[in-house]
Amino acid sequence: MSSIPVGKGIPVDHVVDNTAEHPGERAPLVLNMHEFNDVTTTVCRVAESRRVPMAWYVAFVFSLGLLGFLGFCIAYLFATGVGVWGLNNPVMWAFDITNFVFWVGIGHAGTLISAILFLFRQKWRTGINRFAEAMTIFAVICAGIFPGIHVGRVWVIYWVFPIPNQMEMWPQFRSPLLWDVFAVSTYFTVSLLFWYTGMVPDLATLRDRARGKIRQIGYGLFALGWRGSNRHWHRYERAYLLLAALSTPLVLSVHSVVSFDFAVSQLPGWHTTIFPPYFVAGAIFSGFAMVVTLAVPARELFGLKDLITLRHLDNMNKIILVTGSMVGYAYSIEFFIAWYSGAMYEKFAFLNRAFGQYWWAYFIMVSCNVITPQLFWFKRIRTSIWGMFILSLIVNIGMWFERFVIIVSSLANDFLPTSWDVFIPTWVDIGTMIGSFGLFMTLFLLFCRYLPMIAMAEVKAVMPEADPHHDDHASDAKDEEGGANS
Amino acid sequence: MTTLSNTPDKLQSSSASRTRCYGMMAEFATPGEIMKAAEKVRAAGYRWWDCHTPFPVHGLDNAMGISPTILPVFVFFAGLTGTMIAFGLQAFTNATDWSIWAFVWVTGYPFLISGKPLLSVPAFIPVMFELTILLSALTTFGLMFLLNGLPRLHHPLFTSNRFLRASDDRFFIVIEARDPRFRRQATRDFLEGLSPIAVEEVLDT
Repeated sequence: MSSIPVGKGIPVDHVVDNTAEHPGERAPLVLNMHEFNDVTTTVCRVAESRRVPMAWYVAFVFSLGLLGFLGFCIAYLFATGVGVWGLNNPVMWAFDITNFVFWVGIGHAGTLISAILFLFRQKWRTGINRFAEAMTIFAVICAGIFPGIHVGRVWVIYWVFPIPNQMEMWPQFRSPLLWDVFAVSTYFTVSLLFWYTGMVPDLATLRDRARGKIRQIGYGLFALGWRGSNRHWHRYERAYLLLAALSTPLVLSVHSVVSFDFAVSQLPGWHTTIFPPYFVAGAIFSGFAMVVTLAVPARELFGLKDLITLRHLDNMNKIILVTGSMVGYAYSIEFFIAWYSGAMYEKFAFLNRAFGQYWWAYFIMVSCNVITPQLFWFKRIRTSIWGMFILSLIVNIGMWFERFVIIVSSLANDFLPTSWDVFIPTWVDIGTMIGSFGLFMTLFLLFCRYLPMIAMAEVKAVMPEADPHHDDHASDAKDEEGGANS
Repeated sequence: MTTLSNTPDKLQSSSASRTRCYGMMAEFATPGEIMKAAEKVRAAGYRWWDCHTPFPVHGLDNAMGISPTILPVFVFFAGLTGTMIAFGLQAFTNATDWSIWAFVWVTGYPFLISGKPLLSVPAFIPVMFELTILLSALTTFGLMFLLNGLPRLHHPLFTSNRFLRASDDRFFIVIEARDPRFRRQATRDFLEGLSPIAVEEVLDT
């Protein structure tokens, strides 16, 4: 039907493995597609088809069950009090803040892909940015729950905001905990705006293809009347660039501010200057692992293998390798500084972290975060679907334990041995943690089903056919055809 | 751009049908074709016209002669406002005992904690940074759509079935009837001369 002439450049159909590096030639980002309509059809098919893969229903029911359990655990907590958690006198933060830091960290990969890779002109981001950003938003929603419910008297949680109250008192703005309120809520708002801005043209596509009245009105309202006007695209692109430029320092600041919650305190094991960069690297590390965990089944289930190609996954695995090594470096520098500082409490805190009562958590953390990701040095593993899926799960586990180790091992054994104690989680602790995965997966599955999972307009724009000079010199200079530049 | 009212002769030509003519639309198949066509439309002196594409076509802004948007200037001042609001908020609430009226009477609370200075600017930086970003981002988002005249529920172009593919794989040039150079037949002939797939008249409903 379409009359877009196929370029005589790279014979894309023959490229099944686009992970190979050919100097002077750009690897294609979209496989087996020459027409813009192919992209539209492939992506919209998921949201338009009446029948969804059985696996989706199974996953959805399962996630909904976990979400219900989360609701139950929270209701029980509210009705009874924070005593239902395994907290004790020195260990007043445990699973709650571990989950908070874990989920906020997961979010960082989405913003990195959407903002930082955009500024670096990494065109391969277009295949994965939409659902990575969705993942960011859902992860920050999960994260936001925990500080909200851990305060004990949840009915006065509005005290964290500068709202006039009956005590005529204000939040204490010199506390990192309050900076965190502002950092995380700004992060959520800006991520949501960025995600939605990117989605408006794709919602317009869904609106234009919609058959039923409900779909037309639903997608139509959220598409805001977008009609692809080039005068609009001009402002849109500028706005997109601005949002990327604003999100870049923001994403680096959020986990830095989260790390201030610990680093600004006096506790050995927390009071370290390496925390901000170390937390940011860890956040990106865990976030990319989560993107891989989600991308691998999603591209299989919804037939998106030509858009989320092996090269995209390969690139993400390289980022996991880099950030994982950074995290490993940070672990070793912490030990060096603990020794070099000469402070006995500092030295003890780190020896105790590795060999004390939580040695097993430390062991899980190091083996999952530092040792196993090194397997990504091998291309065979980076490009193996099962290999990367299993490794990404291992990284997710490892990064959860990292936060657990930092928080609990430092609190449990502080300055005074008489006040030491051990934290043992209760079923409510564990249920709330697992339940938060239910919330995350429920939101993500709904997103996959009803929204454009891939940024169609952006993918089309990086296809070689999108270059206005594509027809002019399709016969000469192959390498001038747009494509991956990673 | 000045507002252009319909000249009498054009009103006559466009009132041939009962509904008014919104404009003339030409459909193209590739970014390269619309680029060349856009250059010709601009050269022909039309001013009330637009290209509609499924994705931003690189270089089309220049071909159409679109001047850079003023959006970043507003965003800069929005960011600056955020910084100042954040500083004012923190200084007022934590370092003064003034009473001011902000919809209700509120009083600052000089909050001495851990011997930290009351007016502690370094400690105020994170919140100042966050509010700068927040206000800039909200302005970027809101103003971009407002400057674009969005959101809107309907547009004459949505009456065309052909135009449905503007969000999929086709590229359209629309010359509006309010353009002083617009003549129904002449503009149609002109667009047909640009070798499009089709030319269609869009009615203003």
